[in-house]
Amino acid sequence: MRKRLYRVLVALIGALMVLMVGSTVAAQATETPPPDATAIQVTLQDEANKDAQGNPKPIEGVTLVVTKDGDKVGEGVTDAKGVAIIEVEELGKHVVSLDEKSLPSGTVLDENTKNEATVQVRFQGPNNRAIFPIGVTAGEQSSFGKDLAQNLRAGIVFALVLCLAALGFSLIFGTTGLSNFAHGELLTFGALMAWTFDQLFKTGGLATVSVILAGIIAVVLGGVGGYVQDKVLWGPLRRRGTGLIAMMIVSIGLSIFLRYLYQYFYSSSTRSVSQYSGQQREEHWYYLGLAFADREAITVLISIVTITVVCLWLAKSRMGKAMRAVSDNPALAASSGLRVDGVITNAWVIGAALTALSGVLYALTLQVNVFMGMRILLVIFAAVTLGGLGTIWGSLVGSLVIGLVYELGPLFGVPTSIKEVGPLLIMIVILLVRPQGILGRKERLG
Amino acid sequence: MDILDILRAALQQALGPQAIVFVLAAIGLNIHFGYTGLLNFGQAGFVAAGAYGMAVTVVTFDAPFWIGVLMAIVAPLVLAVILGVPTLRLRADYLAIVTIAAAEVLRFVFGAVETKDTFGGSNGLNGYAKPFQEANPFSSGLDLGIVSFGRNDLWSLTVGWALVALCCLLVWALMRSPWGRVLRSIREDEDAVRSLGKNVFAYKMQALALGGVIGGLGGLFLALKQASVVPSDYSTLMTFYAFAALLLGGAGRVMGPVIGAFVFWFLIAGLGSFFSQSAGDGGWIPEVIMTDTQASLIRYIMLGLAIMLLMIFRPQGIIGDRREIAIDGR
Repeated sequence: MRKRLYRVLVALIGALMVLMVGSTVAAQATETPPPDATAIQVTLQDEANKDAQGNPKPIEGVTLVVTKDGDKVGEGVTDAKGVAIIEVEELGKHVVSLDEKSLPSGTVLDENTKNEATVQVRFQGPNNRAIFPIGVTAGEQSSFGKDLAQNLRAGIVFALVLCLAALGFSLIFGTTGLSNFAHGELLTFGALMAWTFDQLFKTGGLATVSVILAGIIAVVLGGVGGYVQDKVLWGPLRRRGTGLIAMMIVSIGLSIFLRYLYQYFYSSSTRSVSQYSGQQREEHWYYLGLAFADREAITVLISIVTITVVCLWLAKSRMGKAMRAVSDNPALAASSGLRVDGVITNAWVIGAALTALSGVLYALTLQVNVFMGMRILLVIFAAVTLGGLGTIWGSLVGSLVIGLVYELGPLFGVPTSIKEVGPLLIMIVILLVRPQGILGRKERLG
Repeated sequence: MDILDILRAALQQALGPQAIVFVLAAIGLNIHFGYTGLLNFGQAGFVAAGAYGMAVTVVTFDAPFWIGVLMAIVAPLVLAVILGVPTLRLRADYLAIVTIAAAEVLRFVFGAVETKDTFGGSNGLNGYAKPFQEANPFSSGLDLGIVSFGRNDLWSLTVGWALVALCCLLVWALMRSPWGRVLRSIREDEDAVRSLGKNVFAYKMQALALGGVIGGLGGLFLALKQASVVPSDYSTLMTFYAFAALLLGGAGRVMGPVIGAFVFWFLIAGLGSFFSQSAGDGGWIPEVIMTDTQASLIRYIMLGLAIMLLMIFRPQGIIGDRREIAIDGR
């Protein structure tokens, strides 16, 4: 049985590798990773003047001045990509003003835009953006169709990443009954490991496959982490007969412990991996009327392949069947001669590896931060609850719905800064009307 | 490094206003978790409801101070009813997920840019606490040698510990009444209670509301004490600080949360002070191993470890009874 598990893991990693190597040729590192320091990032693009691909033209050489409470704290000039990164020392409200005299001739500020923008610097790291739409007419800016396409794309990518994490959660929940509040930290672990090994490889001879190698190592380490966790913590607790509620509280403690341990070693700054961080949408990744950037296309492909493989494996293989048997009825499975503890260990390994993969892919989409797992944890909960806690197929459906809601919500009135609210409200409503979820079996939950 | 300094910092924190907030939140949690067996992971939401109930009423709607205080009690009550109706019929793990989600939704909404006009965005609200500060009868601070409190802190402390005493008295009286016995039997075996003809749902709802209101009092106190409400104060960490305090003291005991919060806050503040003295400039721990920023993280790492180890090795805490806290998922 053990052997089969490894075969599946190898197959998974193989699929990953083939996919990634296949697409590296097209992908080159396009952006220099921003510095770790806290900064405001301003992108200046001329929306009225687009190139052949429909990407707006960057505006170079514009002077920007940052002030806080009337005092000047920084200055920057946009580079060839129209990007200026201006370091600031503290968080809080800053005003970015644009020197109109330094604009190239022929470019004018939109009449709806002033030459000042207020930026709330909220994060440590360079992700505080200021926007000056230039040459955009008001009508074009808020085109619903364009927004819909963009958010749909983001929604698909996010839903698939979420799906991997939800699948991992469901495997573990199904076999052990544990609502693992430390699941988000498994995801963060994957992302952090990917970033760490990427740092290691990106300068050497392996630079062209740096992120791929790092991703594979992260997934393997994630699996190892799951194994260690089960052997050191959860296994002994199960044997002691600790109740599920007590274990859930232990998982809360573990989550806080790990999160701040990560922050201890990695600090709270935001980082990005060295490849696949480009935003350019290439024409050859054009599906369903949506243009995908390299990293998005790769994320979608890897997730779909992995999800398919895992589902097939659960449905067909011996271990998959054993796992479903254990999650249906552990006592019956044990009395039928299944080694329940071994099955649970396998669920931990695969669940943690899937979640680490989700973390790696999420690191491509978003940047790496020690709090990323915590932020997404409740969304994962919403996804699995919607689909039906502990059902594998349910978690697929649930995460697709929740992922799309998460990204499409802002189009229908959910404030962008609090996108998480949409999925969480859906979760509360679904518990009210159908507590077992879309695909869950009806059983007593109260 | 100065041992006396560390002791002083620890004691100051353990007696100080910040600890009172957690004592009140933990007393509320004790009613939920310790007595009724409801796994509420969203206590921070109730605390926030109390604090914002006060601040929004006075600042945004220009109402008088005492209406604000009234709203600080009504808001958590309303939250308990809204939250309780869909969730109290569910299994414990669902309840935990939903309450933590609801608390986060509240925090997001309070901190959002879009609701800035009502809730003040990420900077929060202030300028409502004047009547509280003006009611201060003390003319000077208190200096006990090892710990000293300023005039404002002394007033907050008096009000805060009086609130704690009142709440403890209330819990003590309620829990030895027939009503309290029903709560405890719900914790032990819900079905048995139901078969005796009790309306389990109604009892759970009352427990959720009462614990929520006590948590809300914690929020009211926090809002008055620091004269501003900021959404980032009400993160899930607040819930788990209260949880750790409750577990350490002993769930299902009247004095459990009080003793727990005192000891826990003493240890956390002491360790924090120890590491902040040891790391950074002039400390004995080299910069490579621990910087100032890293030293400030030790307390959170300890919090996580404390919750894990307590739950594994001593779920009944310092003064609890192991047989009473044999919680299990039903």
